[in-house]
Amino acid sequence: MHKFDTILAQIGNRSESATGTVNPPIYLSTAYRHEEVGKSTGYDYIRTGNPTRHLLEKAIVELEGGDQGFACSSGMAAILTVLSLFQSGDEFIVSKDLYGGTYRLFEQGCKNWGLLCKYVPTYTLEVLEKEISERTKAIFIETPTNPLMEQANIEEIANFAKNHHLLLIVDNTFFTPLLQQPLKLGADIVIHSATKYLGGHNDVLAGLVVAKGKRICDLLASNHNALGAVLSPFDSWLLIRGMKTLSLRMERHERNTKEIFRYLFEHDAVTDVLYPGRGGMISFRIKDEGWVNPFLQSLRLITFAESLGGVESFITYPATQTHADIPEHIRFETGVCNRLLRFSVGIEDIGDLINDLEQAFVKARTEGIQCVK
Amino acid sequence: MCEIESWSFQTKLLHNSQKIDHTSGAVSVPIQHASTFHQYDIDAFGKYDYSRSLNPTREALETVIADMEEGTRGFAFSSGMAAISTAFLLLSKGDHVVITEDVYGGTYRFVTEVLSRYGIEHTFVDMTDLDDVKQAIRPSTKVFYVESPSNPLLKVTDIKAISSIAKSHGALTFVDNTFLTPALQKPLTLGADVVLHSATKFLSGHSDVVAGLTVVKDPILADKIGFLQNSFGAVLGVQDAWLVLRGIKTLHVRLAQSIQSAKQIAQALKEIPAIKNVYYPGLEDHPHYVLQGKQAKGAGAVLSFELASESILRDFVSNVKIPVFAVSLGAVESILSYPAKMSHAAMPDHEREKRGISNSLLRLSVGLENTEDLLKDFKTALTANSHKEKAFHRGGWQ
Repeated sequence: MHKFDTILAQIGNRSESATGTVNPPIYLSTAYRHEEVGKSTGYDYIRTGNPTRHLLEKAIVELEGGDQGFACSSGMAAILTVLSLFQSGDEFIVSKDLYGGTYRLFEQGCKNWGLLCKYVPTYTLEVLEKEISERTKAIFIETPTNPLMEQANIEEIANFAKNHHLLLIVDNTFFTPLLQQPLKLGADIVIHSATKYLGGHNDVLAGLVVAKGKRICDLLASNHNALGAVLSPFDSWLLIRGMKTLSLRMERHERNTKEIFRYLFEHDAVTDVLYPGRGGMISFRIKDEGWVNPFLQSLRLITFAESLGGVESFITYPATQTHADIPEHIRFETGVCNRLLRFSVGIEDIGDLINDLEQAFVKARTEGIQCVK
Repeated sequence: MCEIESWSFQTKLLHNSQKIDHTSGAVSVPIQHASTFHQYDIDAFGKYDYSRSLNPTREALETVIADMEEGTRGFAFSSGMAAISTAFLLLSKGDHVVITEDVYGGTYRFVTEVLSRYGIEHTFVDMTDLDDVKQAIRPSTKVFYVESPSNPLLKVTDIKAISSIAKSHGALTFVDNTFLTPALQKPLTLGADVVLHSATKFLSGHSDVVAGLTVVKDPILADKIGFLQNSFGAVLGVQDAWLVLRGIKTLHVRLAQSIQSAKQIAQALKEIPAIKNVYYPGLEDHPHYVLQGKQAKGAGAVLSFELASESILRDFVSNVKIPVFAVSLGAVESILSYPAKMSHAAMPDHEREKRGISNSLLRLSVGLENTEDLLKDFKTALTANSHKEKAFHRGGWQ
């Protein structure tokens, strides 16, 4: 087996011999001709299977070390497709520090369907042991968490899950298989918002699921087709294109983020810096809530926007953006306060990024003081 | 604007005038498929009227490449050859071109078979020999055409010197900057007048779009090229323009990786006995190593090497597993090409051999694969050869 860089650069190459194409074609055809009754090429209808989408699914399976992959129309569609494995009355254990969209789906969707989520502050075995019941079917984790960057011990939780016959589902969006392969650590299902690092260019919305074990894979395949939240051929192709540079991008994201960490850590306008030591995501708390808005408004290079994982640097304000759907008291309880900013560090020149932060801090401080006056 | 000016090249690949769509705040340039645009005022037409003349998505790419090359205006074409042909349309009957002898085969074909039909003459010279260049000048010489490094022998031409010779004769200097891109070399800053690109290569970088780009500095020349682009109409489609823009965002990281890998590979290939010559301007013993370091920030990610014989080459090509054996270059995948039958097939055999492009020469465009994987693949492919040769000398396989 080749190393990651090689697998990534070669996705879709040698996929067919009719033309020898280096770059895989975008198969837009919705239907496939049958030669005779009962004879199919393996492709019948685009929702069920599409050659372009299959190349993407094959690639993510290889990268995550799973058995089967499923490309979905968004990260949320990927989560919903996984949730379709369960039934009314089932319970999950999930972290309190959770992406707001997932929280919304769990609270507004799952509750209506009779799925119950139990939120835990951390994933220590003691806490898990306390929350588990006969109806518990799965543990759903994000690691590192969004936006507080706490890391869970996947291996330990996987062992716990196995002992209790629970499925372990891991959202691997922040780290990608380059930095973390949850299936190899014992998880059963990995979920990605591929809109983020895998796509990497802020121009495609997509989700991916990779699973291990025939029973789960068969069920997911069936539900993927039945729910129909599948990824389009064009977006599958665009995602493949993005993944070819994943390794290079991640290396640069990480290098830049480590510099940003050092810078923020020393800065007297910053009270805390949250960084798991790997990857390109970092969060920090500004000293004064009144400085947040002038700081964001003063950024000239870094974009103030939702989303993450792209080549361009983004700063997000979880309180009003990604985590707006979480009630304020729960947000405060978990630490997603109104001084917290999440930074998705891009691949720009590090000096330019730090200069931009510095000038924004200077302006925030002067304007913040003016507000007080 | 002054802030944008001070950012480094790497940052400006992502944060430039096209960073945000001002209508929606979108961080990715919208693809404007419209072929025509409504006009609100019968007397004063808007900036956009018909997509061949100007299209917002194509304009975004044209602005980005103009900034990257430090020119004043950029033009996007349906292929590298469309960019080159359109630039040559600046010439008229009776004009003369001094052109580098190991020019890309497609350009060779255009100059010898198309331009010649319009009465435009040419002389091939070794551009690295300034005396040769001066000898070739005629009163009617209007263009000096440079590729540096050249394809496929990676010879380096002194762009500043050629540009000043051209200026003193009132002629223009065209530079094909495909191999290096403005990340490494900016010909306009060295005195050239027209920069040409096959954007199919490193600029877009993913083997999935055919495109050409032209950049000029002088506003009068820009108007002339703009007129020709619109008249000839070999413009780039909007989806392709958008794909090139997307590719440019990772140009810096892609090149950094590929160059590092190319250098390691060039050094390793030199140690292999079955390889006779390695051509790469990043090697210290390359005759133009110093010049390359002076006029460019790096040697690029393309190298060529000559095997001991054509039969070794044939075995090698059939044994290598990772690189694609194909025409083109500058992609995320490593591409191995056989110039004699690919990029330079349009050149007659004797002309080709005279230029040193033999039947045992291979060109390698280094992609983003792991360097060790690539080297292992090459070494295995060559060892398989030597076993075969040995077996053959002992009386064949049977």
